[in-house]
Amino acid sequence: MGNVVLKLADDVSTDVIYPGRYMATVLPTETPQFAFADNAALNAALRGGQVPPGSVIVAGKNFGCGSSREQAVSALKGYDLTIVAESFARIFLQNAINLGLHIVTAPGVRASVGDDLTVSGENVLNGTTRLSYAVERLPQARQAIIDAGGLIAYTRKRLLDTAAGVTHT
Amino acid sequence: MGMTVVEKILARASGRGAVKAGDVVEPAVDLAMSHENAALVINQFLEIYSGTGREPAIWDPSKVAIIFDHRVPAESAKTAGNQKKIREFVSRYAISKFHDIRGDTGGICHQILPESGYVRPGAVVVGTDSHTTSHGALGAFAFGIGATEMASVWALGTALNVEVPGTILVEVEGEFGPYVGPKDLILHLIGLISAQGANFKVIEFHGRTIRAMSTSGRLVLCNMSVEAGATAGIVPADEETDRYLRDEAGVESVQEHVTADPGASYSRVISIDVSSLVPQVACPHAVDNVRSVREVAGTSVQQIVIGSCTNGRLDDLEVAAGILRGKKVARGTRMLVFPASGRIYAEALRKGFIADFMNSGAVVMNPGCGPCLGVHEGALGDNETALSTTNRNFKGRMGNPSASVYLCSPAVAAASALEGVITDPTEGRN
Repeated sequence: MGNVVLKLADDVSTDVIYPGRYMATVLPTETPQFAFADNAALNAALRGGQVPPGSVIVAGKNFGCGSSREQAVSALKGYDLTIVAESFARIFLQNAINLGLHIVTAPGVRASVGDDLTVSGENVLNGTTRLSYAVERLPQARQAIIDAGGLIAYTRKRLLDTAAGVTHT
Repeated sequence: MGMTVVEKILARASGRGAVKAGDVVEPAVDLAMSHENAALVINQFLEIYSGTGREPAIWDPSKVAIIFDHRVPAESAKTAGNQKKIREFVSRYAISKFHDIRGDTGGICHQILPESGYVRPGAVVVGTDSHTTSHGALGAFAFGIGATEMASVWALGTALNVEVPGTILVEVEGEFGPYVGPKDLILHLIGLISAQGANFKVIEFHGRTIRAMSTSGRLVLCNMSVEAGATAGIVPADEETDRYLRDEAGVESVQEHVTADPGASYSRVISIDVSSLVPQVACPHAVDNVRSVREVAGTSVQQIVIGSCTNGRLDDLEVAAGILRGKKVARGTRMLVFPASGRIYAEALRKGFIADFMNSGAVVMNPGCGPCLGVHEGALGDNETALSTTNRNFKGRMGNPSASVYLCSPAVAAASALEGVITDPTEGRN
């Protein structure tokens, strides 16, 4: 994956990821400019191209709690960030799967800014501390959406399957 | 093995005899609600059909509801443009449950849905808003989803890959003391179990206190269940639900009640006696940072907000107006009141509550989400403090990351407005 660019505590809300005052902006091509808008230094680094694609945000439990706003996911995806968290809030997790944001659930994960993280097999390896953490797998039903390339592609396939008489149970 | 209320609802909606927590189902959706973020849903919906050679088609336009509430009237040309685009879509796809910016039929989605009779016991309701959990107050399974997931619902009519959630049973007994009510109960519960305490779970409310509670109060409980991470909150339908639907929502037909089986399996059981509960407040910057009002009494506040999908209903306005009547909001404190719908506004006007607010110095605004999410009017200045009956106090929530927001009941907000500092309404009023 890449280097940790941000370390966050538990219960980071979508208001922090994507402040409500930018919610009128909805296009995934436009939302990234407001990612972490209230964290001026981080926002400037993202917009200035100083955060390489594949960089990692490490968070605690319940990342993405609060509002269902999908901009919180599309904004992070715009920078090709990976989110490694101890757990995710339900709607954020589903939105991330639906849009194809790279998320990894790793209970107990510990890392500092600058550490190098990689997913190896079913573990997240912190290359800096040499510690590794088990990745919690997604339920099969959610994995199917990822495998299809996101919810739009998955729904499109379901529509066409239904028209062709293929049934899903 | 018996089923919980939500297991029963999901079994029926997905055509199965029985389901249990952890099963994956695809329930038929009875009501699909969006607000201004329908602008994004529309984009994603059209994208699903792109390259398929098929005309985009909503599975059942009569089951789609769109309510403008987040930025009404529009605060910017961009929002006005989104609203215009949505109106055109609504007209083209014949979406009948559309509530535009109007004084009579407009308002906040989580008030419009119940008062219009759109939500029925046992229904599956999805909404592109996290507070869609509100509608569990009428015995429905109602949960928030993202815009892309809504686009998928519009196309297919089902929610895909829904994991049947486990259920936390909350048993509430005892009678509320004066100036203590549903908001204090839900803040207390969130403080007890934390902002993650109900993640991926349903909170099912039971007990004599809940049975005696109005639908308006039940909406408060279910609304804020999401602040404990819950997928949904639910109060199983009962006679009060029938009364509300008949008398306040104009629903004539008798609604079937879905109740839990004896022996239903719960992941956790929590008992609360409210007779000793005192007014509660969620302190900055987390909804589970809950203390008694007494612990933070005296904290200076520059803005008081009464309203939102949590506490902008008639009984909320009534208790606040009763405290403010004939008195003045303290100098140095501004007070904003947002009735939850046009209908509530009109009733509050008839009952004299609006006059009470205005005479006290409060500003009465049009129904809408207002300052709750920091996109519209009522933004806070640097380092200012607000006390609000809304549902979230995350950093930056009211439009300023250096400001602080405390959450409370309408009684606490009104009593504090008179003093300009956080004030326990039970002191000096018993």
